[in-house]
Amino acid sequence: MDTFKSLVVILMSSVLVNNYVLNRFLGICPFLGVSKKLNQAVGMGISVIFVMLVATAVTWPIQTFILEKFGLEYTQTIVFILIIAALVQFIEIVLKKFIPSLHKSLGVYLPLITTNCAVLGVTINNILDGYNFVESMVSSLGCGLGFLLAMVIFSGVRSLINESKIPQALRGLPVTLIAASFVSMAFFGFAGIVDNLFA
Amino acid sequence: MVENILTALLVVGVIGVLAGVLLAVASHFFKVEEDETVKKIREALPGANCGACGYAGCDSYAEAVAQGKAEPNLCIPGAAAVADKLSEILGVSVETKDSGVAFVACNGTCEATSKKAVYEGIETCEASGMLFGGASSCIYGCVGCGDCAAVCPVDAICVRNSLAHVNPELCIGCGKCVKTCPKHIISIIPKNATTAVMCSNKEKGAVARKNCKNACIGCKKCQLNCPENAITVTNNVAVIDYSKCSGCGVCIDNCPTKCIKNLNKA
Repeated sequence: MDTFKSLVVILMSSVLVNNYVLNRFLGICPFLGVSKKLNQAVGMGISVIFVMLVATAVTWPIQTFILEKFGLEYTQTIVFILIIAALVQFIEIVLKKFIPSLHKSLGVYLPLITTNCAVLGVTINNILDGYNFVESMVSSLGCGLGFLLAMVIFSGVRSLINESKIPQALRGLPVTLIAASFVSMAFFGFAGIVDNLFA
Repeated sequence: MVENILTALLVVGVIGVLAGVLLAVASHFFKVEEDETVKKIREALPGANCGACGYAGCDSYAEAVAQGKAEPNLCIPGAAAVADKLSEILGVSVETKDSGVAFVACNGTCEATSKKAVYEGIETCEASGMLFGGASSCIYGCVGCGDCAAVCPVDAICVRNSLAHVNPELCIGCGKCVKTCPKHIISIIPKNATTAVMCSNKEKGAVARKNCKNACIGCKKCQLNCPENAITVTNNVAVIDYSKCSGCGVCIDNCPTKCIKNLNKA
């Protein structure tokens, strides 16, 4: 029961409290780039969840069984970038061959994720927080869900922005950034929720 | 010290090489056979993704042509040149279609019409036109919010003086604006057309004239004087049949409200 409880806490905190986009400000590029339409935002979010899970499943054993064994923790960043980039390319090739429909719907998002710092951030933070393998996987699932949540919420905000009258000087990116800051502030309201989840 | 550097080099190097080999093997074994003809057809197409052929974009049109589901002469921007190239790739002969240019049948400038209201809201013709037919006194004319300009894939349309203008040199005749215009005043006319009726107002003469100084009043002077019988007045507005029009310009001289224009001079 305690392990289950701790897993739920990890999941909830990575979805809401430590939301990668809105609280840690990682992965801002796709957050602003592909949040114009809801279906694109959902597609990107699901791709990110998928890649985060696979990336964690591969990088955690490499960190534990190779890098730590040789005392090479300082090469973590470059090794993880290398692995994630190769992995995403590999997944793309496999998807194209076996599930072309999924490959088509993920489209350009998959290669975009190759250099997404949110994915790298998740894998490195899992190590820094000292999670074991199961906890790491739950944490990455939570981070991916948090990313999806942020994308979906923000695509709604943007569609409202599109329909309102905005002063000439603020049109386009400026008003989008201001709106993003409001959404981010709203998410700070979740801080403290998780500690009292089972109280 | 040296050992540390060497192990680091070795471990990172081995991981890199392994990833590279994995990708190389994967790209070899999981290779997707792409149809060569699709690729060739796609390269021959202009790539404007305008959708005039009836498909979502150049990619899906190329696929349809390669599979024999679509005729190779549907690309309107590419016209005869592209149709020839496609039929060469496919080894069949096709008739080429003449492309046209878009034309806005309205001359309701700010001077000619009056405003019956000031519109403040979503800046699209569709939204503005829903409120009492638009802010202009003429409910048939151009709303002037530029829905057509927004949808044009080659930026051939601009809105000046609350009236949309098509640049015939840039226009590829894809017909997207024709489908978009909520007032249905844009049509595709032949590229070599010299005369055109600059009005779509279907109200009776006096009312039309009151709402817009440049309106067609349906007097039928053009219809009676046309030597080719190419003009007919239907629903109080003159319509030119371009298959008959010889471009003589008699109608232009006879029009009392000057709503028939010589396109080469405009």
